Amino acid sequence: MDYKTIYGIYNDDDTLLSAVKKIRGEGISISEVYSPFPIHGLDKALGLKDTRLAVTAFLYGLTGLSLGLLMMWYMNIQSWPMNIGGKPSFSLLQNLPSFIPVAFECTVFFAAHLMVITYLMRCKLYPGSSNKSPDPRTTDNMFLMEIIVKADEKKIYKLLEQTGAVEVNEKV
Amino acid sequence: MYKESEIREPLILNNKSLHDITNDIAAPIEGTANKWWWGLFLFSLMTFLWGAGCLAYTVGTGIGVWGLNKTVGWAWDITNFVWWVGIGHAGTLISAVLLLFRQKWRLSINRSAEAMTIFAVVQAGLFPLFHMGRPWLAYFVFPLPNTYGSLWVNFNSPLLWDVFAISTYLTVSLVFWYMGLIPDFAMIRDRAVKPISKKIYGILSFGWSGRAKHWQRFEELSLVLAGLATPLVLSVHTIVSMDFATSVIPGWHTTIFPPYFVAGAIFSGFAMVQTLLLVMRKVVNMESYITIKHIEYMNIVIMVTGSIVGVAYITELFIAWYSGVEYEQYAFLNRATGPYWWAYWSMMTCNVFSPQLMWFKKLRTNIAFTFFISIVVNIGMWFERFVIIVTSLHRDYLPSSWSMFSPTFVDIGFFVGTIGFFFVLFLLYAKTFPVIAQAELKTIVKSSGSQYKK
Repeated sequence: MDYKTIYGIYNDDDTLLSAVKKIRGEGISISEVYSPFPIHGLDKALGLKDTRLAVTAFLYGLTGLSLGLLMMWYMNIQSWPMNIGGKPSFSLLQNLPSFIPVAFECTVFFAAHLMVITYLMRCKLYPGSSNKSPDPRTTDNMFLMEIIVKADEKKIYKLLEQTGAVEVNEKV
Repeated sequence: MYKESEIREPLILNNKSLHDITNDIAAPIEGTANKWWWGLFLFSLMTFLWGAGCLAYTVGTGIGVWGLNKTVGWAWDITNFVWWVGIGHAGTLISAVLLLFRQKWRLSINRSAEAMTIFAVVQAGLFPLFHMGRPWLAYFVFPLPNTYGSLWVNFNSPLLWDVFAISTYLTVSLVFWYMGLIPDFAMIRDRAVKPISKKIYGILSFGWSGRAKHWQRFEELSLVLAGLATPLVLSVHTIVSMDFATSVIPGWHTTIFPPYFVAGAIFSGFAMVQTLLLVMRKVVNMESYITIKHIEYMNIVIMVTGSIVGVAYITELFIAWYSGVEYEQYAFLNRATGPYWWAYWSMMTCNVFSPQLMWFKKLRTNIAFTFFISIVVNIGMWFERFVIIVTSLHRDYLPSSWSMFSPTFVDIGFFVGTIGFFFVLFLLYAKTFPVIAQAELKTIVKSSGSQYKK
């Protein structure tokens, strides 16, 4: 079975958005949209699920907070308590006020960095990764819709042109 | 459907299309540097090298080559540290706080402001590092297991809080900046002609392609990072102020310090953004994007934060009197009328009086005047830190040990050197990086572009 990949290229984000809605309304699935900037509402129109990055950030933040507190408890209370300026280190609870700044910084450090790493891994972004956009103009001013079809490509061509595509190409 | 008040002025002038934006932002990277750029770059590089020489002398001979004495044990080093960290704050404020408030005017200036943040924090970090005397032992500030038994760092100390705050701030700002840069590097990569630059920007852009799912994640990432960076930036200068506020030195031991330092940091940071952007918009032709409206908005922020700083100064004076603590009262009387009166009154003039001129629309929309005030504010904020640090220390509890501080050529060289280093980094950035977050700027063409505002 040979599949054909068809690219519809649009030059306006609003046209693209209404085209996405129309084409999906016809029951045709759009495999990908490449755009030079984030388009508000495109993820809903394409039926993409909400991203869970924010949830991971929250969990990473909790991890950072716990590890930070654990580190301070171990180093200053458990392993080597010191009496500095008449302010001894008795227990985590008693020292908590002066541990808050570092605990906060650890929370932010873990949440931010681990979320960024998660984002890069989920999007498969890394130095040396090759560019995967089918048309280099999609980082400039063009919006590209990718549809993979088995047959009936005539109908897709027509539909793309009807919805305002300025160019329709087929992957060679 | 997006609706906006008619009186909102356009944020992108001269009817720029999406393709025009691409061309304009790529132009400085693809073109060759002009003689202004080279002149400034060589001058900054020489200043930087002079600073590096002074540092080499400091490390080789010892901290004794600075002007510090037994009474004034902290002077220019910590003054410059706080000054640079403060400058950094505007970048995070613009990119994070203004993102949370959905202020669209941030989009033309956030990239450069964040670059300024990172470069300023790098300069700031040099001062405590070299004040250690043996910078190769700097890793001792980190909680690492070591050969002296388990002698750990002291988590009750504000100086250690600073280590965590500054390193978190630097690294988080860096990744926040870089995540925004990835789509813009991809734009440069996709139009690069020379194979070498295609290769370099290809590596830098991490293979960005602009898929819908990636943009969805990108927006979520920016939002959450902004939400994390906002309390972070407030915590950083709060913690810097605690270096002073948690001590028992009259003039330092005040609870007003954290909010007062944060306001001062934003104040000085916006002044530095103005200094840099007023020059940059001219040199790399970004006048259509960094408009008079942007400059006016930033001047209003300078005016508001300058007023907060003014109120803080007066509150400090009032509380010193009202507290009835003689030491506190003397510390403040000595600031205003003692041997450092000139520093105090320079600070008052530059920070309290000069931003009030921004109430006049004619003045706050005038480029030459804005540039002048931005320099004045930078000087004023340097004096603020100098006044807080040196005048509080130089007359301690024993009149026999009262002294004055005078910087040596090494102090001056180190400070001037960091300014040189800062400009070296900024100029390299302006030549090789997309100086405006073009991908995000393109989202507001239809709502704030001049052709849609008619």
